[in-house]
Amino acid sequence: MSIKLKGFYGGMQLEGHKTESLTRPLQQASLPDFLILPLKQHIGEANRSLVERGEHVLRGQLIADSSSSISAPIHAPSSGIVRNIEIRPVPHPSGHSDTCIVIDLDGKDESIQQQVVNLDSLTASESIELIRRAGVVGLGGAVFPTSAKLLRASENGIDTLIINGAECEPYITCDDILMRTYSDEIIRGTGYLQRIFNPVCTLIAIEDDKPEAIEAIRQALESQALTQTELVIIPTIYPSGGEKQLVKNLTGKEVPQGQFAFDIGLLCLNIATCVAITRAFEQGESLISRIVTVSGNGIAQPGNWETRLGTPVDHLIRLAGGYRVDQHDSQHLVMGGPMMGFSLSSDCVPIVKASNNILVMQQPTIPMTPGYHDECIRCGNCAEVCPAQLLPQQLYWQARAKDYHRSEEYKLFECIECGCCSAVCPSQIPLVQYYRAAKSEIRASKQALFKSDQSRVRFEFREKRLLLKKQTDEERRRLKREALQKNRLQNKAADSTVDPVQAALARVRAKKQARSSNPKNTTELSTVQQQQIEEADERRRVARLERR
Amino acid sequence: MTTAFVSSPYVSPGRSLKRLMIDVIIGLIPGTLAYAWFFGPGILINIVFAVILAIAVEAAVLRLRQKPIKPHITDFSAVVAAWLFALCLPVHSPWWLIAVGIGFTMIAGKHLYGGLGFNPFNPAMVGYVVLLISFPREMTTWYLPIGIDGDVLGLFDSIAYLFGLVDIQQWDALTSATPLDRYKTGLGQNLTAIEIRQSPLFGIIGGIGWEWVAGGWLLGGLWLFFTRTIRWQIPVAVLASFGAISVVIYLNAPEATASPLFHLFSGGIMLCAFFIATDPVTAATTDHGRIYYGVLIGLLVYLIRGWGGYPDGVAFAVLLANMCVPLIDYYTQPRVYGDDA
Repeated sequence: MSIKLKGFYGGMQLEGHKTESLTRPLQQASLPDFLILPLKQHIGEANRSLVERGEHVLRGQLIADSSSSISAPIHAPSSGIVRNIEIRPVPHPSGHSDTCIVIDLDGKDESIQQQVVNLDSLTASESIELIRRAGVVGLGGAVFPTSAKLLRASENGIDTLIINGAECEPYITCDDILMRTYSDEIIRGTGYLQRIFNPVCTLIAIEDDKPEAIEAIRQALESQALTQTELVIIPTIYPSGGEKQLVKNLTGKEVPQGQFAFDIGLLCLNIATCVAITRAFEQGESLISRIVTVSGNGIAQPGNWETRLGTPVDHLIRLAGGYRVDQHDSQHLVMGGPMMGFSLSSDCVPIVKASNNILVMQQPTIPMTPGYHDECIRCGNCAEVCPAQLLPQQLYWQARAKDYHRSEEYKLFECIECGCCSAVCPSQIPLVQYYRAAKSEIRASKQALFKSDQSRVRFEFREKRLLLKKQTDEERRRLKREALQKNRLQNKAADSTVDPVQAALARVRAKKQARSSNPKNTTELSTVQQQQIEEADERRRVARLERR
Repeated sequence: MTTAFVSSPYVSPGRSLKRLMIDVIIGLIPGTLAYAWFFGPGILINIVFAVILAIAVEAAVLRLRQKPIKPHITDFSAVVAAWLFALCLPVHSPWWLIAVGIGFTMIAGKHLYGGLGFNPFNPAMVGYVVLLISFPREMTTWYLPIGIDGDVLGLFDSIAYLFGLVDIQQWDALTSATPLDRYKTGLGQNLTAIEIRQSPLFGIIGGIGWEWVAGGWLLGGLWLFFTRTIRWQIPVAVLASFGAISVVIYLNAPEATASPLFHLFSGGIMLCAFFIATDPVTAATTDHGRIYYGVLIGLLVYLIRGWGGYPDGVAFAVLLANMCVPLIDYYTQPRVYGDDA
């Protein structure tokens, strides 16, 4: 069988710059003196540290976890002593800082006892739980917790499993070298996924600019004979490796807006994720390292290194021969590819699960000068390359005018920020930057709206409650008045026999006793009061649900 | 080591705005040369004068608006606008006519709206229409091409005329109606198409000279297409709709109308299809929208030629279509990935 490619809209051909980092085989990065492990290295809930300052940890030991279902725990990538848990700069587009566990390594790289499970006895949900415990996330760059994805996929059922080895961004070769080096593990991982999901067919997609990787995968496939599995070679057009574009190209289907591939019976996983799954299954090994490409015109010896997570970027730069200072002495660091990566504020930040590439560019070769750009002339080049089939120039005008209502109407949130529009813009407008800003402002205003809605609901509820209290108080007072009146009448009748002072004291004593024995005052409620309490409880419950 | 923040993508940008404008200018060269060949160097003088004036006006307005002058001047958009404007004028025009036109092109047509990218109307057409309405006599004084008995002004005479240093009356048989004009008046006098074509003004398919100029625009237009400066939709839509309506009308009354080929190679339709209607700022920007926009222009040009008060209708057609652009763009949004999939 051979599938026919359906193609996808837009995209562009870019200079690959892949050969620079492929001149040498995959190397093992040496251990640095210390590791920096941000508590949040995935999309979803942040982890909580499980270790304390001064604690000795071993390689593979769980050091941070979360109870949320959309999360991935973190394990110590090597043995050593926890130096501190502190706020440090982390690799992030906004350049912000976050809580990190810093481990001083002892250099012994001692491992915990790895538990290897009997794979045949595992159920699908046990397998997925095993992947979650190993801290596996999507290593293609999105770092979505793999277990969460697999869980949703197993609920929906999968008919096509797609293994993504496209790697379409320039400079990045970590997936290429992974396919050349660990092709068997990729195929075995594919086999495990097939066992969990039982898909009708499996497609392994690789761009045609990676002949060695294609050959390695082909041989591995032949030797392991997976059923209904096909190697698909796709043309090198950026962004062919984007999940939505790959799905369209291979199956002709489109992922509906606001949904995911698993909602339409497709499961798309990166090849590096596949290897992480294999290692979790076969060796009980958690995700503690990844392959990182170091490339660009500002680095002396570009290449690929299998790097422990938490390794500071400057350590990796040293392994790659340091910065090239022959022509220009200032470098620009980018984490990720040149199309979708982000600038690093310094080389002291660590390698995290998302770090596929460190791009070192000599400063003057960065083409974008911030500040001045020409005006949009509506040429429409951007719309021609937009793989989401948007109208980028209209979105740009809307973003500039802060007409966010329109932005959403023109589907701003379908933008995958691939950068094609910016790359072809004759006026060199940093379009994606405008979209990112607009998106975050829309998100912020939605958050604010949500909060104000919530406060309004709370306020209204409080008003209602106070009114109700007033009513019940009045009711109680009325009842009391009536009772007193009745009492007075009875007392008047009994007046002659009882000393009023003694009677009053007796009443006070009785009252005190009643209060001490029954402080909560909830036993003798009228049915009306009981009903009101139940209604209030119900309202609270509904409000709680809505907040969720 | 710390570095400045710049947002991705970090790739060399594609063709710049400046390069785009230079490509348009290159595309204008064949037609302009043909023009000069057949009608004398006057047209070149008009272009040079208009371009210099446009740059000066642009620089002055940018200064008033406190905008950076150099990057805006060097994007060559003023050169393109002035060049296109000059091509619409009669071969010999007095300096003040060009000055008024350039003033309207650059100030009213472009900068009053906010400069390049913000103008809803094609600036060159704004300047041209203002002149056409305000100075009908000067704007309809057309000159004879070479190859017909009469004088064609040389370089120095043209310059002298531009600045009002010589009297136009000293030459013989200099001016004449354009072929399109001749058709219109001829048909008005109940002459048949064949009788009208007896005039020495007519060449192989269009007017003498004019057909070659139109051919030059076609050639330049193909250059624009192959360098991906313009997309196919607008020129094809303009020429196809214009051609279609002229075929229909011609088949209906062949003796009382000009042939479709004559129409295609006369007047400004060819220039319009490749250079004026394709101005990205004022044209529709969606793929389908560009087709509707082009069709609208093609039909309007023919309607104005056939039944309007002017022999050619390019400028009015373009301005009318410009007005419809926001509407066209709004209703021709493409289907976004994953939309009701």
